[in-house]
Formats: sequence, structure tokens, C-alpha cells
Amino acid sequence: MKKIYLDHAATTSVAPEVLKAMTPYFDQSFGNPSEPHQWGQQAKMAVERAREKVALFLGAKPSEILFTSGATEAINLAHKGLIEGQKVPHIITSSIEHKAVLETCRHLEKLGWATVTYLPVDKNGLVKIDDVEKTIRPETVLVSIMFVNNEMGVIQPIAEIGKLIKKINSKIFFHTDATQAVQYLNCDVNSLGVDLLSLSGHKFYAPKGVGVLYFKKGASLIRQQDGGEQEGGLRAGTENVPYIVGLGKAIELVEKSKVSHAKYVEKLKNKLITGVLQIPGVKLVGDAQKNAPHIATFLVKGVEGEAMMLLLSDEGIAVSSGSACTSGLLEPSHVLLAMGYKPQEAHGSLRFSLGKDNTEEEIDDVIKVLPGIIEKLRKMAPKL
Amino acid sequence: MKISQFYSKKVLEHVRHPQNMGEIKNPDGVATVGNPVCGDIMRLYLKIEKKNGKEYLKDVKFQTLGCGAAIATSSMITTMVKGKPLSEAEKISNQAIADALGGLPVSKIHCSLLAAEALEKAIANYRQKTKK
Repeated sequence: MKKIYLDHAATTSVAPEVLKAMTPYFDQSFGNPSEPHQWGQQAKMAVERAREKVALFLGAKPSEILFTSGATEAINLAHKGLIEGQKVPHIITSSIEHKAVLETCRHLEKLGWATVTYLPVDKNGLVKIDDVEKTIRPETVLVSIMFVNNEMGVIQPIAEIGKLIKKINSKIFFHTDATQAVQYLNCDVNSLGVDLLSLSGHKFYAPKGVGVLYFKKGASLIRQQDGGEQEGGLRAGTENVPYIVGLGKAIELVEKSKVSHAKYVEKLKNKLITGVLQIPGVKLVGDAQKNAPHIATFLVKGVEGEAMMLLLSDEGIAVSSGSACTSGLLEPSHVLLAMGYKPQEAHGSLRFSLGKDNTEEEIDDVIKVLPGIIEKLRKMAPKL
Repeated sequence: MKISQFYSKKVLEHVRHPQNMGEIKNPDGVATVGNPVCGDIMRLYLKIEKKNGKEYLKDVKFQTLGCGAAIATSSMITTMVKGKPLSEAEKISNQAIADALGGLPVSKIHCSLLAAEALEKAIANYRQKTKK
């Protein structure tokens, strides 16, 4: 059976070049980077080379790059590590952040270690710059706004927010979760005006289980994982050498192909949108022309998302949904609700996220198969 | 009650090929449970036949808007009670439905509750009608 993978915002495969670059660090150069012998030093050099590649990609210094187990850990460290020990600091974030940010903020609130403002978004999912300005207080220490939303692809005006924050109070730190942006957008930290940036390898053809926190020199972080002195004393634990090498290789590949891949993927996405919108009772979430090139999310009336997902999977097509049944929490997507959609609309959400290896024929196949699945499920539903 | 991490083969079979799906015109009992906000809505139709003074479920059909587990539990309950005496059908618990499906993930147990509730209410609807 044909297999059409359209869930790249969930995860990507490991690129062959990446796997090849990683392999020697499992069984050949397997030393512990903390050891001064040649085995250790070989591994250490590999980690430092990867750090340089990430630094180059972000326009940062290698000393400002810290490897973690993924974006979630990077985000936890950025938020908790920054506010620890401060007197009831104030954090501003958005209501459509990834759970890694939202749950971290809620945890800090619960502990009484911070007060948090969750900014609303407009119908396209955008944070209003005015809201950021109005919400900043003297005790605000951190603003955390994601670059690209994972559920529907909206791109936040990070550079503008960065400028605004620094104009009001240059001491406020600005963090962005760039997990969904790395693959296709410019992530230069200077032009974005961010002090901290989190990312995850497995969204751009590196393996799962490795990520990065960029933190600007001068941002004093308190480590959240105690132990040895790895990663400049900020993240204890023996470095995951092969995965770090893999992330370095993957980010190097992204650097080379970013612009052409973004164009290609966007073309496919537009074809998909045109096709899917032919189906009655289907609408697109947000403003696709202004969104990230790889994500298109639809709301299908009178059908539940997970059921569509399962039937598409039977046809060899992988997509995702923000319905309650896929969250494990019995609540529909917090992102769609924050954008003003009703729960009954959000239950019918379907996210397609494309990648460089998808083809026009695959999109044609999806456009052919989807209407039948929607019709089948609508027929099954009771008339209300 | 069986708990499984993923959907069992049985669940997926019922999602692919739902049994007794559709509507019964002039049903003897009908009930709609769930709501659009929570995401799952089930409607169960019953046709009841009396044989030797005993009531049987001659036909059972469902209509469901919901996730895989909602579809599978609705489909499964119809196959479990169709042709059975009413007194037997009444005793079917949500555990029995989940078990017949080879277990459900923990987060989907509420779907089996919904199916059991739909049957209970459809039978209640029948009893109310026949009382008059």
C-alpha cells in the first residue's frame, strides 16, 4: 500500500546523511566528552563542532548554545531557570503556546514563584503587539511567545515584539519556542531580538531526544537538572553525543536548503488547500497565506477529527487532529478555542503538515480520498 | 475491565466496518446521548418484537458522531443486543462492551459509558411509550 506521510509537525524521519554522521559515535568514537583521554576528546570535539553549527545557524556564539533532550527540556530550563530566586516575577506568554510552555508557567504559578499573563489571540491566531505593551509591568522579567504555532502554523511577529520589549525595558528577557520555525524560517536571534530560543531536532530530520536552548550571554540561568558540570554547568548529565552530532548535521542541511524547501512545500500546501476547500462544510483555520509554509489545518463540519484520522490512516495517509479524543484530556485543542472556535468546531479539526519529500501526486491522492471519508462519517452521524 | 494502550484490532474493525449503522423508521424506542460540545453524540434505535409474551430486540441501529471508540462502542453494542431478549440486553454493562472490543484505552472508557447509557435510555423510552 502507498504511504503518504503528512504529519511532519509531529515528527520527521531521520535523514540518511544525519544517520550516517551519527553512526560512528555509537560504537567507534563512543568516549565520554568529560574525559581528557583521546576517546573522550574525540567525542568532545564532535559535540563542539555541532555546537558551532547550531551557533552559526542562529547567528549566536557557541558559548550561548546548550544541548538538551528536546524543546520541552529547553523550555523548562529557560522559564524555570530564569525566574528562580527572583521575587514573584511576572511572565507574559500567549494562550496558544505549546503545552511545554503553558504547563511550565502553570507550575510556576502553582508554586507561587511567578505570576503569569496569558495573552489572547485574534481570529487568525496572532498575538496583538498592543496587548504585549499594555501587559508589561515593572516586575515583568520574561516574555515568551512561540515563533510558529504547531497546530495551525501562524507566524507571530517575533521581531516586532522583540523591538517593543527592549524599548520598554531592556532588562526583560524574550524567549521564543522556535520548534516549528527552524525548518523554513529565518531564525537569526539578532534579527528576531530574542534572548532565549528553544528548538527540537526531530522536527527537521534529526532524531527524537535532542534539542537546543540558545541563551544570550548575560542571561543568568539556574540549572534545573543537578549533577555534573556538563554544558557549562547548566545541564548536568553525560552529553548525548551521537544525537547532538545528528542535530548538528541536520541543522547544517536545513541551512543549505531552507529557502528552496520552503517554496516547494508551500506550493504543495496551496494545492492541498485548494483541493480540500472544494469539500462542502470545510474551512481553513487562520490565514494560510501568512502562515508557515508546511502547516494547513481545516475544520470539517459534522465529523470528528480522530475518526477521520483513523480512516485516512487505513488509506495509508498520516495526518493529525486537535479533537478532544486525540488529546487524551477530553478537551479540544486549546489553540482553536483561544482563536474563538467553538468546541464542536474544534472536534472536527484536521492538521496536514508537509515535508520536503512529499509530492504533487501524493496531494492529488489525498484530495481524491478525503471527500469519501468525510461523506462516510457524515452519513454515520445522527441528524440533530 | 480490559485496558489497552492502543485501539485493539476489534475496535479498528468496527471503525472500518460499522455494524447496524443507520436509522429505524418509527422505532419502538430511541435515545440520543452525549452532546456536540464534548464531541460524541450517539443515537440508538430499537425495534421490539413480542414472542410468547417475551420482548425481543428485533432490530437495533445506531448513528454516531464521534471518535473511533465512540463509533466502535456503538457498533459493538448493537451486535451484542440484536436478537436478544430485552431482559438480557438490559443487563449489558459498559465493561462488557469494552471487553468485547478487546479493551479500550483509559481515556476512551467514557465512550463505552455513553453506549451503555444510550441503550438504557432507548429501553426507558420504549417502556414509557408502552405504558401509555
